Amino acid sequence: MPKWSLAVDLDRCNGCGACVTACHAENNISTVGADQAARGRAKHWIRVERYWEGEFPDVRLKFRPVMCQHCDNAPCEPVCPTYASHHTPDGLNAQVYNRCIGTRYCANACPYNVRFFDFFNPSWDKPLHLQLNPDVSIREVGVMEKCTFCVQRIKATTIQAKAEDRAVKDGEIQPACAQACPATALVFGDLSDPESAVSRLSRSPRGSKLLEDVGTKPSVTYLSKQ
Amino acid sequence: MSHPAHARINVDLLRPLMRTSWRFYLVAGILGSIVVTAFFAWISQAYFGFGVSGIRWPVYWGFYVTNFVFWIGISHAGTLISAILRLVDAGWRRPVTRCAEVITVFALMIGALFPIIHLGRPWLAFWLFPYPSERLIWPNFRSPLVWDFFAINTYLTGSVLFLVLPMIPDFAVVRDKATGLRRTIYTYLALGWRGTPRQWHRLETAMSIMAVGIVPVAVSVHTIVSFDFSMAPVPMWQSTIFGPYFVAGAIFSGIAGLLIAMAIVRKVLHLQDYLHPVHFQNLGKLLLVMALLWGYFVFNERLVTYYGNGPSEMAVFWRTQRESFAPLYWTMVICNFVVPLVLMGIRYFRTITGCVIASLCVVVGMWLERFLIIVPSLGHKYLPYSYGIYRPQPVEIIIAIATFAAMTLLYVLFAKVVPIISIWELKAGEPPSASARLADARPVAQGEANP
Repeated sequence: MPKWSLAVDLDRCNGCGACVTACHAENNISTVGADQAARGRAKHWIRVERYWEGEFPDVRLKFRPVMCQHCDNAPCEPVCPTYASHHTPDGLNAQVYNRCIGTRYCANACPYNVRFFDFFNPSWDKPLHLQLNPDVSIREVGVMEKCTFCVQRIKATTIQAKAEDRAVKDGEIQPACAQACPATALVFGDLSDPESAVSRLSRSPRGSKLLEDVGTKPSVTYLSKQ
Repeated sequence: MSHPAHARINVDLLRPLMRTSWRFYLVAGILGSIVVTAFFAWISQAYFGFGVSGIRWPVYWGFYVTNFVFWIGISHAGTLISAILRLVDAGWRRPVTRCAEVITVFALMIGALFPIIHLGRPWLAFWLFPYPSERLIWPNFRSPLVWDFFAINTYLTGSVLFLVLPMIPDFAVVRDKATGLRRTIYTYLALGWRGTPRQWHRLETAMSIMAVGIVPVAVSVHTIVSFDFSMAPVPMWQSTIFGPYFVAGAIFSGIAGLLIAMAIVRKVLHLQDYLHPVHFQNLGKLLLVMALLWGYFVFNERLVTYYGNGPSEMAVFWRTQRESFAPLYWTMVICNFVVPLVLMGIRYFRTITGCVIASLCVVVGMWLERFLIIVPSLGHKYLPYSYGIYRPQPVEIIIAIATFAAMTLLYVLFAKVVPIISIWELKAGEPPSASARLADARPVAQGEANP
C-alpha cells in the first residue's frame, strides 16, 4: 500500500503562486470575488504564507506553501459526526463532500487552517466556467472542502498502471501544485518506496514537519532554507 | 415561612390559568413576532447561503455555538437544583421547583436548536441520528458532537419526565376546578389521577428515582458540551479543566436565570405570598458559592496557561487579557465575579432586587464567557498567517436576541396552562414532619372534587 507524501523545499520556493492558480484550476475551486475574500470566504486549498523577518529596512521575506498536511493522526477526522472526514488506506485525509453536513468542527480542530467552508453555491467569472475539470465534483453550499493531493490524478494513474500490469513509477503522479511549480519546490511521491524522490527528500537533515509539537504526524515534509 | 391556607392556594395559583388579561396577548404577541423574525432570518440564511452570517475562515464557530453552550448551561439550574433540593429534602424548595424545572426544559429545547441552526446543510441534520440507513452508514461515535446528541436527548427526556410527573396532581386540581373544554383537556392531562394512596406512593417513588438519576445526567451533559472544545487541539481549548469548569458555569448561569424568572413570576402573577425573600436569599447564597467556584476555575485556567507559557496559548491569552478582547474579558470578570460577590456576599444587598441585579450581570457575563472561549481561540490558532477576526452579522444577532424572547414566550405560555408553583407540593409542605406531610397531601387532592 503506498503512502502518499509531499516534500516542500523552502529553499526553492519563490512565492510565485503558480501552485495556488493550478490548484484552483484543477480542483474546480470557485472564486468568491474581492468583497467576499476580504470577509474571509476565499478558498485556497494551497496558500503561500509570507513571513517577514527582521526590522525594517533589514527585512527578509520568507515563503511557506501550506496545504492539507494529510496527517496520520489528523484531529479533523475523529470529530466529524458523519465520517465525511476520514482516513483512506493509502494515508490520504479524505473529505466526502456528499456526506458533509457542515458542522465545521473539522476546520476548528485543524491546527493548519487548511479546510474551507462553502459559504455560497459555487460560481465562476466568465470564461472560467468553461474550464471546469470533469474529474472533480463541484461542492454545494454548506460543505467543507480541502486539498485532496489531487486524488483524481492518483486514482487515474493507479488504475492505468494496474491495467498495464505494472507498478506506478516514481514521479508519474503529479498533483497540480507540484506540476505547476517552476522551481520544483514541491515533490510528490510514495513514502513507502525508500528510493522515491520524496522519500529521499523527507530523510534530509533539513526536513521538519509543520507544527510537529501538536502531535498530528503530518505527511508533508518541509525542507528548511540552507 | 408561612404559606396561605389551602383554599387560597388554589385560588391564587389557578388565577393565571382561569383569567387572561389583554396584557398577556400583548406580551405574547411581541415576543412571538421576535421569534418569527428570527425564524425568517434563519430561513434567509438557508436560502441565500451561510455567507450571510459573520462566520468566516478561520473563525468557523461564533454566535450560534455561543448560544448553544449558553442555553444548555442555563438549563442546568432547574432540574439539577430541584433534584438536589428534593434529595436533601429542603423544605423551602417547594414553591421553587417547578419554576426551575421548566427553565431546564425550555432552555434545552432552545439550546438543542443551535446545532441544527449552525449547520451548513441543516436539511441533513438527521444524519446525526443513529438510524439503520440503507447504506449502512452510522454516525461517527468518536465525535463529541454525536455524544452531545445523546447527552442532550437523555437530559431532555429526563427533564421532561421530571417536570411532568409532579404536574399530574396539579392537572387534577385544574380539572376539578374547570368547566367546559378546559375540563376535557385537563381530564386527559391528569391521566386519571384520583389521589389514591397507591397513586401517591407511585408518584413519590418515581420522583425519588428521577431525582437520583437526573443529577449524574445533568453533570455529564455539560461535561460533554465542554468536550466539544477540549477534544480539539486548539490553543486554550485543549484543557483538562473544561469539564468541571463548564458544569460550574452552567449551574451558575442557571441559578441566575432561575432568580430572574422567579422575580418576574412573583411580580407579574402576584405571588408575593408564595415566593418569599427567603427563597431569593437562599438561592442568592447558592449564586455566591457558584461565583466563588467560577472565579476559582477561571483563575486556575488562566494561571496554568500563563505559567506554561506556550507560544500559541499565550497569543490567545494576551488577546483576551489585554488586547482586542480585553474589554469583553474584564466585563465578564466584573459581571461574573465582582458584582455577585459584593451583592450576594453582603447580607444588606441580598434582597430580591439585589439578587435580580446580580443575576442579570451573571447572565451577561456567562454569555460573554462562552463567546470568549470560542472566538479568540479560533481567531488565533498557531500559524500567524491564518489569524482572523469575527464580526457577527444581523442574522446572528437577531437569532441571539430571539432566543431570549423565545425563552420568555415559552415561560409565559407555560404559566398560562400549568400552575407555575406546584400546588400539591406547597400544600404538602406545610406540616414540618415527613409522615404528616404525606398524610396531609393525600386528602387534599382527593378533596378537590368538592372543595
